[in-house]
Amino acid sequence: MHPAKSVILFTTASGAGYGLIAWFGLFGAFGLLPAELWMGLLGFGIGFGLIVLGLLSSTFHLGHPERAWRALSQWRSSWLSREGVAAVFTFLPAGLFALAWVLLGRNDGLAGLIGLLASLSCVVTVACTAMIYASLRTIRAWHSAWTLPIYLLMAALSGALLLQVFLSLWQVPLGRVFPWAILILFGLTLGAKLLYWRSLASEEGGSTAESATGLGDLGKVRLLEAPHSESNYLMQEMGFRIARRHAEKLRRIVLLAGFCAPALLILLALLMPGVPGVVATLIAVALFAAGLVVERWLFFAEAKHVVTLYYGESRA
Amino acid sequence: MTSLPTESGDTKLGLVIDLDICVGCHACAVNCKEWNTSGHSAPLTDKDPYGADPTGVWFNRIHTFEVVQEAGDSRTVHFPKSCLHCEEAPCVTVCPTGASYKRAEDGIVLVNAEACIGCKLCSWACPYGAREYDEDAGVMKKCTLCVDKIYNENLPERSRVPACVSTCPAGARHFGDLGDPTSEVSLLVAARDGFELMPEQDCKPVNRYLPPRPKVSPDEATSAAPLIAANFDDGSAGLLARWVDRLLTR
Ligand code: SF4
Ligand code: SF4
Ligand code: SF4
Repeated sequence: MHPAKSVILFTTASGAGYGLIAWFGLFGAFGLLPAELWMGLLGFGIGFGLIVLGLLSSTFHLGHPERAWRALSQWRSSWLSREGVAAVFTFLPAGLFALAWVLLGRNDGLAGLIGLLASLSCVVTVACTAMIYASLRTIRAWHSAWTLPIYLLMAALSGALLLQVFLSLWQVPLGRVFPWAILILFGLTLGAKLLYWRSLASEEGGSTAESATGLGDLGKVRLLEAPHSESNYLMQEMGFRIARRHAEKLRRIVLLAGFCAPALLILLALLMPGVPGVVATLIAVALFAAGLVVERWLFFAEAKHVVTLYYGESRA
Repeated sequence: MTSLPTESGDTKLGLVIDLDICVGCHACAVNCKEWNTSGHSAPLTDKDPYGADPTGVWFNRIHTFEVVQEAGDSRTVHFPKSCLHCEEAPCVTVCPTGASYKRAEDGIVLVNAEACIGCKLCSWACPYGAREYDEDAGVMKKCTLCVDKIYNENLPERSRVPACVSTCPAGARHFGDLGDPTSEVSLLVAARDGFELMPEQDCKPVNRYLPPRPKVSPDEATSAAPLIAANFDDGSAGLLARWVDRLLTR
């Protein structure tokens, strides 16, 4: 699949934003975060900023952005529509929670309950995003049991790393134990990703050039002539092949830059409180962000659509 | 409404494409473009049509496959493909806006260009590559089963068939109600073991394909005596011609 920048930005940025706000809601409600003005302003500023950036980028890649509101109507059948509804709904509890935090200096009691609702809405929204892809039977790499957990884990991890920056800057006591949770999240996400890649390699696609043409009874099917001499929309959108050539290298970048290096830095930050710890955490965030973008790019670029069977592929 | 119609009628209009007969002339693709570029989903935009890298929207494309048989023998199969108007159309259910819909009365799958936001998700959901995005209009387009032709009362009745069907010089395309087991198309499918494409994708396409007939080996092949020679009647030629003929044959 063609890895459109807008969709990569949408899924990574909004995922990180939802992740951060979900952690704020959860820990705020349990009294583990002080309802401090600047922490609230910056935290919700960055969280909402990332979410809005993602949503805007996904809206502007539409053919008709001005009609985007129509996408809220078909939640009964469409995961994209559900995602839109969940995204819009999340602004309500998350916005109220942010207001209570920043204006009233409260994140406990009723505000805490609203915070929990905000966290839950964030999780639901990310899950809907994942299901847009996981529900497509035409793309084996997405129609996988791993798609949903990996999207949730990646969002939780990006939010957790951002949260850790706040914890270490404000020297919140939670900041001395939360890194362990981050390391566990790293382990889980890495494991899920490795198992996902393994399942991709070991399972064969169920559709073939033979099933696509129905000519399998006659023999082995191979494309002789494409319909047109030049490329077309289908090939541009769904016939992306560059990634499969470089997949090994890119996967190694994801593993090293996205997982191993930031995890080590978080461990380092645990041992070095104070400024060096904050710096290490910031570098970890930057490295993970880069790894996340490559991971998402691969998620799209490596995925093979069954329509390619009509354009020369033999299995998808 | 992008949920599929719950009480769909029995009518399932669709195409039956005979892979034994198709000669790969692309006439149906051209006439499809011709009719539809001023029809329901008009225009079928082309980009850079006379330049080095032309692309454009087509509802029907003709692929050509080679099927390699066991004995090292192979055959060429021309393979036209347009929307199969699936009963469980995933392109319809993924659409967030309701722009994509399946008509309950005849099963035709259409896009409402007024409501489409151009998110392209439907084209990702279709296994058959039957949806093409019009960059100019910013909306998705697809085969309409010539909905503006098959019900068009301004046309003589015999012309009320899809453009691709009426134009096929080989008679490889048939149009009819595949929901009615006694219709001509259904009988044809039954007689020729018509099949659906990629049944494993669970879309339940309505269109059917008829397989190429088994190849006849040169030994088994029989052919009639040449008809042309038998039709020459030298005896009826004029006197001068017969004289010249005899003179030159000597
Ligand atoms: S062929 Fe594709 S576009 Fe047509 S109904 Fe089936 S899934 Fe939808
Ligand atoms: S591109 Fe248009 S028709 Fe297709 S899913 Fe999006 S809104 Fe629906
Ligand atoms: S039915 Fe009409 S729109 Fe569909 S492929 Fe044939 S000519 Fe084109």
